Amino acid sequence: MATQSALGGWLHRFTDSDVWWSFKSSPMTVTAAAATFFIVAVAFLSPVLAPHTPFDPATLSLSDGLKPPVLVSPDGDWTFPLGTDDQGRDVLSSIMYGTRLSLVVGFASVVVAMVLGIALGLVSGYIGGVTDAVIMRIADVQLTFPAILVALLIDGVVRGIISVQRHDEIAIFVIVGAIGLSFWVQYARTVRGSVLVEKNKEYVQAARVIGLSPALIMVRHVLPNVTGPVLVIATINLGLAIITEATLSFLGVGLPSTEPSLGTLIRLGNEVLQSGDWWITVFPGATLAALVLAVNLLGDWLRDALNPKLR
Amino acid sequence: MTFNLRQSVALAAIACAGFGMTSLAEAKTFKWANSGDVSSMDPYARQETFLLTFNSNIYDPLIRRDKNLKLEPALATKWGQTDPTTWFFDIRPGVKFHDGSPLTADDVVFSLNRANGPGSNMQSNFVSVKEIKKDGDMRVVVTTKYPDPLLADKWAALGMMSKAWAEKNNAQNSADMTKNEENFATRNAMGTGPFMLKERRAGEKTILVPNPNWWDKPEHNLTEVIFAPVANPATRIAALKAGDIDMTYEVPPADTETLKKDANIKVMEGPETRVVYLGMDQERPELLESNVKGKNPFKDKNVREAIHRSIDVDAIKRTVMRGQSFPTNLMVAPGINGYMKDLDKRPALLKPEEAKKMLADAGYPNGFEVGMDCPNDRYVNDEKICQAVVAMLAKIGVKVTLKAQTRNLYFAKILRKNDLSPGETSFYMLGWSPAQTYDVHNVFEALIQTPNKATKKGQFNAGGYSNPKLDALADKMEQETDKAKRDAEIAEATKLYVDDFAYIPLHQQALVWAARKNIDLVQPADNSFPLRFVNVK
Amino acid sequence: MIAFILRRLLQSIAVLLAVGLVAFSLFRYVGDPINAMVGQDTTMEQREELRTKLGLNDPAPIQFLRFLSNAARGNFGLSYRTSEPVGRLIVERMPATLELSFCAALFALFVGVPMGVYTGLYPKHWSSRLLQAVSLIGISLPTFLIGILLILVFAVYLHWLPSFGRGQTVQIGWWTTNFLTISGLKALILPSITLGLFQLTLLMRLVRSEMLEVMRTDYIKFARARGLTNRAINFGHALKNTLVPVITVTGLQLGALIAFAIVTETVFAWPGVGQLFIQSVQFSDIPVMAAYLLLIGLLFVLINLTVDLLYFAVDPRLRSQTGGPRMAGH
Repeated sequence: MATQSALGGWLHRFTDSDVWWSFKSSPMTVTAAAATFFIVAVAFLSPVLAPHTPFDPATLSLSDGLKPPVLVSPDGDWTFPLGTDDQGRDVLSSIMYGTRLSLVVGFASVVVAMVLGIALGLVSGYIGGVTDAVIMRIADVQLTFPAILVALLIDGVVRGIISVQRHDEIAIFVIVGAIGLSFWVQYARTVRGSVLVEKNKEYVQAARVIGLSPALIMVRHVLPNVTGPVLVIATINLGLAIITEATLSFLGVGLPSTEPSLGTLIRLGNEVLQSGDWWITVFPGATLAALVLAVNLLGDWLRDALNPKLR
Repeated sequence: MTFNLRQSVALAAIACAGFGMTSLAEAKTFKWANSGDVSSMDPYARQETFLLTFNSNIYDPLIRRDKNLKLEPALATKWGQTDPTTWFFDIRPGVKFHDGSPLTADDVVFSLNRANGPGSNMQSNFVSVKEIKKDGDMRVVVTTKYPDPLLADKWAALGMMSKAWAEKNNAQNSADMTKNEENFATRNAMGTGPFMLKERRAGEKTILVPNPNWWDKPEHNLTEVIFAPVANPATRIAALKAGDIDMTYEVPPADTETLKKDANIKVMEGPETRVVYLGMDQERPELLESNVKGKNPFKDKNVREAIHRSIDVDAIKRTVMRGQSFPTNLMVAPGINGYMKDLDKRPALLKPEEAKKMLADAGYPNGFEVGMDCPNDRYVNDEKICQAVVAMLAKIGVKVTLKAQTRNLYFAKILRKNDLSPGETSFYMLGWSPAQTYDVHNVFEALIQTPNKATKKGQFNAGGYSNPKLDALADKMEQETDKAKRDAEIAEATKLYVDDFAYIPLHQQALVWAARKNIDLVQPADNSFPLRFVNVK
Repeated sequence: MIAFILRRLLQSIAVLLAVGLVAFSLFRYVGDPINAMVGQDTTMEQREELRTKLGLNDPAPIQFLRFLSNAARGNFGLSYRTSEPVGRLIVERMPATLELSFCAALFALFVGVPMGVYTGLYPKHWSSRLLQAVSLIGISLPTFLIGILLILVFAVYLHWLPSFGRGQTVQIGWWTTNFLTISGLKALILPSITLGLFQLTLLMRLVRSEMLEVMRTDYIKFARARGLTNRAINFGHALKNTLVPVITVTGLQLGALIAFAIVTETVFAWPGVGQLFIQSVQFSDIPVMAAYLLLIGLLFVLINLTVDLLYFAVDPRLRSQTGGPRMAGH
């Protein structure tokens, strides 16, 4: 404590805070944080760390195809520690690059969905009336369509607007936009539900009586109260977004198949699940499970720690 | 592969010999699955292998194919030509429909006209036909507009339907998609075949029972057949392993090895008549997605050769296809009339440096960029094959951007438009089988001849390869009746497209079926599955 | 109250119309149905003729109006894929999906809520932490992988449960049910778990976090001080107060269940509307897609309406506003 306080006022305040204390006192949270940090760091350093560059077709050779992992089989090759798939792609490097791609898509689309959903939910719940009706009816329309169809529409429209050649370059933005747009409703409806409950409570009415602007009331008083449910959704949605992206690539709307994301690797692996080449499925699957588990555990802790009522 | 095929035929033969000993009282239910459902019970609803062969268990054709795909008499005992434009078919006497009514020439004339009528998808088999009429109760006479030596072959798949039944149920025509009316024959069936339709729940299950009054001697010992569509391949394989189904079509190559190791399961494999190939745009002055402006590299034969000879189909067979493919250099498969075995040799592979030098000599020292289109749910491992091709071409400096998508989007993108202007592709994958005629002319006409709106040739020549000499030869072989001359023409035309590197044929994919050990069946090379040869031990 | 319901219904009709219009304008991006309808030998001219006859060359609004005028007369057209009337296809498949979604929702509710209550009451206990971690697995892997793994374990290796399909069903009028045969009930188990797992996790986490909050409120402390039993406090007071978000989420998730059933039904070859829809997308079977979306739209609107009405029943504070959840100015 003493050395840390020397680092500066803000750090001292942070390390002194309840948040830090609750973090420290939960070994599971510390483990989850370490795991998340490890996966994210390795993924983003993959161009430096990965033994191969699986996204460059020129480096792939079918003669390296279907090699088993080194530790379980004498046929293994130390150049490919976790084995290779049927394209001769190194599984370890594919996972590293794929995780990076999945994280980018997952985070970006969750942020898009969250910002859009919270803003519309707050506005809808607090202002009410026609605004509320319009937003919620749009939400109904949106909910009616499976996320996959929403994405197909967006992709189709984009394809109509820009040339085929540019399509692959912007594929990732299309995917992020499509997944983000198909997930905002959950945030909006949940936030609106909470706002409906909160806005009649005494403290919000009191704030209004003393003349605070509606925007300020919403941000200062209502927002903190919806953080819990929103974080629950956001953490779950991160994994969901990664999985949705895999489904989309299956329908031909995803990222180019020569650059597989983690979800795509699992989708491809699903096809060879019963073939005996288990490493093609198991390693990406375990990575995704570990990632989502760690992020969700962090989300759980964060929700409890940030909730003023639980202190 | 042929060994396996022959072996299963032999097994089936042994099973038939032992048939007399099997007690009919024993319930022999046969459950099997496929990725998709039969889209209709109407035998003319779709020109697709699965529908035709499934429904031929209920509807007998005039002439059927035996275990080796040779034509043999079915509802017609005798057929032939009395002159070049007149055919006759003698109807087998004593045949009864499933409702007990007798089969007559009226039913045959009705069925043929129905197959050529509105709503039917079989009309392409009737292009040469002028008139179909009966001559007495047991003979049908067909006159054609011009000599059509392949008429009998084309009609081998057409099932015969009861006229009285169709008229009673207002199903004189196949379902017309442009009208909003249900057609009785979509869900119900009335043929003379070895099996009768007992229950039809589209998308869920279809149940058949044997026809006790079938005209032929049954070679099966089944008492009930339950067919269920199971779309997910992993589920289908699991269901087979668990014993929930007795047999499945379309085993993914990756699962073949493990199934072979399973003591309860046997795997049958043989080559399919469809050839999977790559095509290149040789028509546009400039490729669609390329850094090369003002010229089209694929127009240069040397460029096509460098690419052709840099694609290692044996490596694709080894890993991507897990041994389940038959590499080829021709656009037709063995077993199709006009397959030239002597010409089916792929030229030696080039080393990357050699291919690069060829490209440099052609004016592309740094290679070039091109976009590639590929389906991801049409052929076995289609997308993975394209990916492997991308990697192989990357090594010779040709940078390929792959766009793989679902079949309906894919075909709409790459196929020629109504006015035969080229589709939106520079480099693509297709598979083709001359399934109706089993003759090479269909391939020349549809895929290799120069696209021509007036003659309707080259409609599926998506890359626009054009060679006037080949066009002339193909037109000649269409009408040629002298077999030796025709074979010479076919050989010459085949050599032309091979030497031009017009296409990059890859392989015939293997037909892989799997069944429980106690099932005996026959696997013909056209991917049809005749239930009449199935025995449950 | 009645005015509220009426207004919602009117809005809902507008929603359904919007759904339809959007649907028809995006169908062309799903693919060209003609290629799936004809054989490889069909000429380009014949393809174009069929396309024109089916009205596929008309602008989306016209196609939509035509669909509407037919649908209003109860005629949804013929499926491009199976040539069967779309209305009957959907009615035949609906029971399978509804029974599956119902069982999945029951599974999620009856396992998820108690788990949430337990982990909320004893947040520090090791078993709570274990339950929480285990429940996350349900959302860490794609549904298709979970389904296949369940099949491999329970059908292939243990031979306890069927690997696919509905098993024996019993027909009651137009409804086919799984509930009346042993094989039908067994067939329901794996798909219900696969489909309900995600909702279970969501519900459990939601109930837990709500319980944690409620248990610390003065209101509960007061109840405890009054000497009420733990049981009465936990279930009579605490759980009741978590109901608003639980209702919201369950309601929303009920719709999600039916939408998610698409994947589960494909994995288990479950003959429901989800599988019908996926097959229709693959074949660009526009009449089926349109009818499915209309139906799902109707279902969602009803669910949302019910959720809003339940708010009134559960949270008395909302009842004070007449005319529904609307602020009468500031």
